[in-house]
Amino acid sequence: MTPTLAKGSIRRRLVLQLAGIAALLSLALFLVVRAVAEHAAEETQDNILAASATSIADALYSERGFVRLELPYSALSMLGTISEDRVFYRVVVDDETLTGYDDLPAPEVWSDSRKNKFSTLSYRGETVRSVAVTRAVSTGSQITDVMVIVAQTRLGLEAISTRITATATAVGAGFFLVATALSLLAAQTALLPLNRLAQSVARRGMADLRPVVTETPAELIPLVQSLNSFMSRLRASLTRSEDFITEAAHRVRTPLATVRTQAEVVHRRQSGAADKKALREMIRAIDESSRSAGQLLDHAMVTFRTDHLETSDIDLGDMIRDICDRLFPTADLKDIQINLDCTDQPMPFSGDPILLQNALRNILDNAIKYSPADSVITVRLTANGSYLIEFADQGRGFGDADLTQIVGRFERGSNVGDIVGSGLGLTIADEVARAHGGKLEISENKGGQGACVTVVLPRS
Amino acid sequence: MRHSRFTAILSALLLAATHVCAFEVESAKFYDAPSGGNLIRIVSTADIEVFEPIILAFQKLHPDIDVDYTVASSTEVMNAIYIDGEPFDLAISSAMDLQTKLANDGYARTYRSTATANLPDWAKWRDQLFAFTQEPAVMVVSDEAFKDIPLPTTREDLIDLLRDHPEHFDGRIGTYDVRTSGLGYLFATQDSRNTGSYWRLTELMGRLNTKLYCCSGQMITDIAEGRLAFAYNVLGSYASSRLKDTPGIRIVPFNDFLSVMLRTALIPKTARNPAAGGVMVDFLATLNTRLELNAQTGLPPISNDIGDLSNAMRPIRLGPGLLVFLDRLQRDTFLRSWSNSMEQE
Repeated sequence: MTPTLAKGSIRRRLVLQLAGIAALLSLALFLVVRAVAEHAAEETQDNILAASATSIADALYSERGFVRLELPYSALSMLGTISEDRVFYRVVVDDETLTGYDDLPAPEVWSDSRKNKFSTLSYRGETVRSVAVTRAVSTGSQITDVMVIVAQTRLGLEAISTRITATATAVGAGFFLVATALSLLAAQTALLPLNRLAQSVARRGMADLRPVVTETPAELIPLVQSLNSFMSRLRASLTRSEDFITEAAHRVRTPLATVRTQAEVVHRRQSGAADKKALREMIRAIDESSRSAGQLLDHAMVTFRTDHLETSDIDLGDMIRDICDRLFPTADLKDIQINLDCTDQPMPFSGDPILLQNALRNILDNAIKYSPADSVITVRLTANGSYLIEFADQGRGFGDADLTQIVGRFERGSNVGDIVGSGLGLTIADEVARAHGGKLEISENKGGQGACVTVVLPRS
Repeated sequence: MRHSRFTAILSALLLAATHVCAFEVESAKFYDAPSGGNLIRIVSTADIEVFEPIILAFQKLHPDIDVDYTVASSTEVMNAIYIDGEPFDLAISSAMDLQTKLANDGYARTYRSTATANLPDWAKWRDQLFAFTQEPAVMVVSDEAFKDIPLPTTREDLIDLLRDHPEHFDGRIGTYDVRTSGLGYLFATQDSRNTGSYWRLTELMGRLNTKLYCCSGQMITDIAEGRLAFAYNVLGSYASSRLKDTPGIRIVPFNDFLSVMLRTALIPKTARNPAAGGVMVDFLATLNTRLELNAQTGLPPISNDIGDLSNAMRPIRLGPGLLVFLDRLQRDTFLRSWSNSMEQE
């Protein structure tokens, strides 16, 4: 049998692809969460800065033609409530610093609109976010533009950003893990019907070539159809060859019978010792050929019937007695005694009587064939856990042939070169035993030389 | 350029208006450690007598650190760091606003340790400014002046009292001159923020010819000697330590609120031995585990109990809010209002 080459695994590919997608989505989620949250945090800082600058601008007033300011406590303290960031401010009137840090940079362009102007810049060795709010203050006769700049370092923002990044990482990683776990599950579920199909095919018996009828998903129907079509072709092919063998055996057996009769007639007429011997050899060869043809027929029949067992209730004791009786003449020719060890108790069994008969007859026939003249064959039928039908002879055994291989088709013992045989007898017996849920056990005869073949059948 | 920056700093430095030269030292003392070698230079507003027990206890714990202790006014402590860039390893001051400005303007180092982590949030800022005492502003009264008059428990009570007995208190009230005392200015500005009665009280006190002082010590002496009936916004820790040997005075804490000044320490950017500064910060941050020092110095350590608002104690909040009253315009405005109320001649 050629080893099956596994190239990749659908499951692994499925899981890897899904995990890859999950990783991409996790990364996207991470980036989006972080971007949105950081934007929100920055906006919060900007809003507070703007509120602070606006409250300072609101506190501007004019006194005797000069712009004055009463810096509101809350303007700066509100910046200290959410973080411990450094705070700088500057109030500029006509390019002159009214109060505050007069090196705090003002926006390059004097903003003529009333919009708040935000900028991020470096001041006193740290990055600061600043807002400039412009306000017109009436100083008696004229209107003066006043710019309020409030700036704050970004430590709090960085801390928030670190926290957000950590959260986003956790969310992303969690999402990835859950998605991967789910994709494992999904791959498992998706491949379930495939496994079921594989199992239902694997569970079949060797000779079970019936079409597969397991429920399968749409994607697998082509596979199942091809499989079924393949099996039906195989079945047809097998049937054809069995038919061919049967036909061939028939065709061979009938002329052989004629040839044998003729040979016997000639043998009887001949008087020359050498000729008589040659004719006897010829008759023997014809016998073997016809026997082989018979076994081939048997085998073909067995192969066919094991697929469709026609069971009925039988008594194994009756059956074995009947077989022994029938083969008694053959054994008697070689002065072989058949000892039947069987109680009169009923041994009910539900099986195909023709097959069983065929199998047991083949074993006993084999035993007779390979037993030397003037020996004993013991047939024993016992029943405990299961039925044991034991055939022990005093023949030559199986030599050193592998006992597990001996039931193979056309396999024979290694020491039977001088006896003509087809090697099908034990094969037939084995197939029949297995068709009935039993087995064939082969061993060297425990009592001494010879072989022991046991048919084991389950007690129902 | 250099000149304009110099003037810029000067203009920002409000309390330093009179000095352009190097900072003025009031006194200094060198504490030689038993196995010295490691030197820490401290500039502080606390008098040597007050702070000495702490230094000695510190050296008992760290016998390898020599302590060079320099006393200066809060303005001069600020000058030393802000203008002169003196290489002190620790700056200790009762002027929370100035200390906050130092930290805000980038003159302080960041320092983190287990001890500072255990400080309550309101007792530190930016891991640069660490509070180690909490000293409330209280009213100190003369027993003799109040023997027939009920003691006021709130500022409203006090206002009523002054209205009812103007002749009794005329010329016998003392308080800080906020124009010269940084601490007085801090307490006054916090009062003005905390209560609407502050300006009415100031107005009344001005009408009753309130005497103005530079320091708590002189006010307490004048109460003890009968020249004053009471003094408003005296440093509680100082009053407590004088209580023992000064008969006839009493501390009256108000029920409505008590501004609590936090004495703070910071490690300047210019420190030569910031590690030693850190060791001292740790020592100061754990003063609440050395109550015997409290008895010796009269400096109440940071306690976790205040801070919640169920209590009248209101620690002045460290942070940018303190910069507001350092603003030149703001200060001008405040002092003008204060002067107008206080001096009504």
